[in-house]
Amino acid sequence: MWLAIALGCVGCFALKLVGYSLPRRVIEQPVVKHIAELLPVALLTALIATQTFTTGHHLQLDARAAGLLAAAIAVRFKAPFLVVVAVACVVTALVRLLA
Amino acid sequence: MSDAAPDAEPAAEDDLGAEPIWPATRTGVLRDAAGVGLATGAYGLSFGAISSAAGLSVLQTCVLSLVMFTGGSQFAMVGVIGGGGAAMTGAATAIMLGVRNAFYAVRMASILDVGGWRRPVAAQLTIDESTAMAVARTTVRSSRLAFWATGASVYVFWNLATLIGALSAHALSNPRVLGLDAAAPAAFLALMSPRLRSREPWIVALTAAVVALVSVPFVPTGVPVLFAAGVAVIAGLRPAPDTGRRNSPRTSPGGSPERGSG
Repeated sequence: MWLAIALGCVGCFALKLVGYSLPRRVIEQPVVKHIAELLPVALLTALIATQTFTTGHHLQLDARAAGLLAAAIAVRFKAPFLVVVAVACVVTALVRLLA
Repeated sequence: MSDAAPDAEPAAEDDLGAEPIWPATRTGVLRDAAGVGLATGAYGLSFGAISSAAGLSVLQTCVLSLVMFTGGSQFAMVGVIGGGGAAMTGAATAIMLGVRNAFYAVRMASILDVGGWRRPVAAQLTIDESTAMAVARTTVRSSRLAFWATGASVYVFWNLATLIGALSAHALSNPRVLGLDAAAPAAFLALMSPRLRSREPWIVALTAAVVALVSVPFVPTGVPVLFAAGVAVIAGLRPAPDTGRRNSPRTSPGGSPERGSG
């Protein structure tokens, strides 16, 4: 277990560091910049989708979807960050309680 | 006082190109950083609890948060282990999920311009939250502050919460009752929404979500998110559509170098 933890930690840190150590002209490439701008969008959306609509390896529609919808509405009305998160938690917990 | 309006828009994403007075901006950045830290801290509670439930000791759980320090990878690792997978499979999944941080680092390198001892520190703090808060800012100065403040805030709260969560695993053994499992997606949504300003990121986002969901049943945990990264890479290799309009109506020369997305 400790070996796996050590390898995981070293690997994750190395990935972070390599991004800072690439030559600047590589970073300045328009294609790299374009990709780097789109990556957070794709990854965050994928994280949202998988953490909301899946359990293990199954697709699952449950209270979390209601929470996400509530969060989306809160975002739409420009609610502060903490409100968005709190709304999602409260709605999810309530739906779970009522279901 | 009145024009500072610190309560109006915490994220201040709406005034692209027109940065408000610096003290007001700084206050907003620091408050957002604290807010993000608290929010991820709440999620850290559930990480500590889930990790304990997966069979990791309190020390192992805390080492993950202190050293690995990238939430998605940590959840993936303990998720695989808790689901009966090998610890090494968990580590591999964690590393695959951590690939995105390399790209965040590429993004942050051009904003932070760090060398020496600061570079590994910046690297360690390069995660979803700090990167998202930094790139949501419109000037280099506020981006840098957002990165360091958010990174430090998340680091402190995430680790404190991990410890508390691991210690009180029994009391919090089911964080779902509190709806905490909806906290992270909501946080990601709030962080991502300012980026959905034009058609291209919308298409990438929706495609990424579909690709991730469709692949979930067939590939190891964590891999769907990497497929989504593939979507961004493929889309990014295409020439940027209508470059002039992509960021904001006002792309003043030199005004916002880090958003200058060439």
